[in-house]
Amino acid sequence: MAESTSRQLLTHPILQRNPIALLVLGICSALAVTGKMSTAFVMSVCVTVVVAFSSLAISLVRHHIPNSVRIGIQITVIATMVILVDQILKAFYFDLSKQLSIYVGLIITNCIVMGRAEGFAMNNPPKASFIDGIGNGLGYGFVLMVVAFIRELFGSGSLFGYEILKLSSNGGWYVRNGLLLLPASAFFLIALLIWLLRTMDPDQQENN
Amino acid sequence: MAKESFFRPFYTVLVLAFVCSFLVSLASVGLRPRQEANRAQERKKNILLAADLFTTEKNIDQVFATIQPRIIDLASGKFIPENEISVQQFDQLASTNDKQRSRLLPKDEDPAGLRRLEKYSLVYLVKKNNRLSKVILPVRGKGLWSTMYGYVALNGDLKTICGIAFYEHGETPGLGGEIENPAWLASWQGKKLYDDNGKVALKIVKGKSKATGEAALHEVDGLSGATLTGNGVERLFHFWFDKQGFKPFLDRLQQEEEKNG
Repeated sequence: MAESTSRQLLTHPILQRNPIALLVLGICSALAVTGKMSTAFVMSVCVTVVVAFSSLAISLVRHHIPNSVRIGIQITVIATMVILVDQILKAFYFDLSKQLSIYVGLIITNCIVMGRAEGFAMNNPPKASFIDGIGNGLGYGFVLMVVAFIRELFGSGSLFGYEILKLSSNGGWYVRNGLLLLPASAFFLIALLIWLLRTMDPDQQENN
Repeated sequence: MAKESFFRPFYTVLVLAFVCSFLVSLASVGLRPRQEANRAQERKKNILLAADLFTTEKNIDQVFATIQPRIIDLASGKFIPENEISVQQFDQLASTNDKQRSRLLPKDEDPAGLRRLEKYSLVYLVKKNNRLSKVILPVRGKGLWSTMYGYVALNGDLKTICGIAFYEHGETPGLGGEIENPAWLASWQGKKLYDDNGKVALKIVKGKSKATGEAALHEVDGLSGATLTGNGVERLFHFWFDKQGFKPFLDRLQQEEEKNG
């Protein structure tokens, strides 16, 4: 991967090497926050910021990190970034931080962040690591937004909170799909998405 | 990769921990005033929500100015004059740590899991044409994981619930966290606190309430998947509206109103 350009680093994780669809990382939060597009969007932005800056920070000090304690150091850096994001949200976007509640804190355990730190930032220069972080955040965000689009539209009849399909419970014609309101429905949607991506791009299929 | 020596990991971690904690404390201290302001605003909003006074058209502070905050002595139910304790400076939750202004609750008198009960409490009065139309009372109690903080608004008869709202809790999102769900909170409207003997009779039942007539006024539908949180909410009501809580105050207020009316 040493010869990959910045552009590839940025765009590959969106479709070809998507962290959720190909690496199947970060599923837990993808289930939890995709009920509404607005929370999914904020979560995507937060994860992108955290991955990018934690990769940057780890890449900057990668020559000084002793091998024996590298995982602990990565987690410390990631946790610091997440706390900073959480504090900033609480100060400036209080309503959003209430909606996301514990999920912001759970970015610490999002496997994508740690995966990029250990798998990429430890061996690559800061600029490439930063771009790789943004790319992976975008890839994560892309899947989140697709799943949230389907879940919110067919589960709540709205997009970003704006009513699109008038629900029968409000006197409209659309009977909501209750399954899509539950986090488990994201499993089905992500599985379908993985199927679609791997059919379009057979390189992503695993060899048995 | 860095050269390994025995001490290297130690001081690397030390330096890193120092830098990280510096950043975190900087953010925490620097942003605290803003966060506090947000929280205060959130509390005001929930007071209005409980009392069914919240509108998106008007500024929260404007509406809030029509409400009269007062301090009461919980045990006697008397109002404390403003020159003794100022409403502006009174911090009710902080006063539970003050030995002079709170007391330890014995285990058997503490169904809501408060540990310490404050001596003084804030109450909010809403008047209409010089008559009491609503009273809003701060309550709290242990749920499944966390202490839930909220407000209960009573109608002018001081027996009927006008509305409730929770503004802070750490219950499981989607299960116990549904105590914030407006639809569920709305189901509390019009419920009666006390039975004929003046005992707190509110109950949260599993599933849908099957009671009819008078009994239905004491029962609230439970939240599925949140039985333990629901138990906590029920116990909180039983504590705060009995003699340890606001009962003396409500009785006194009732007498005063009758005298005036």
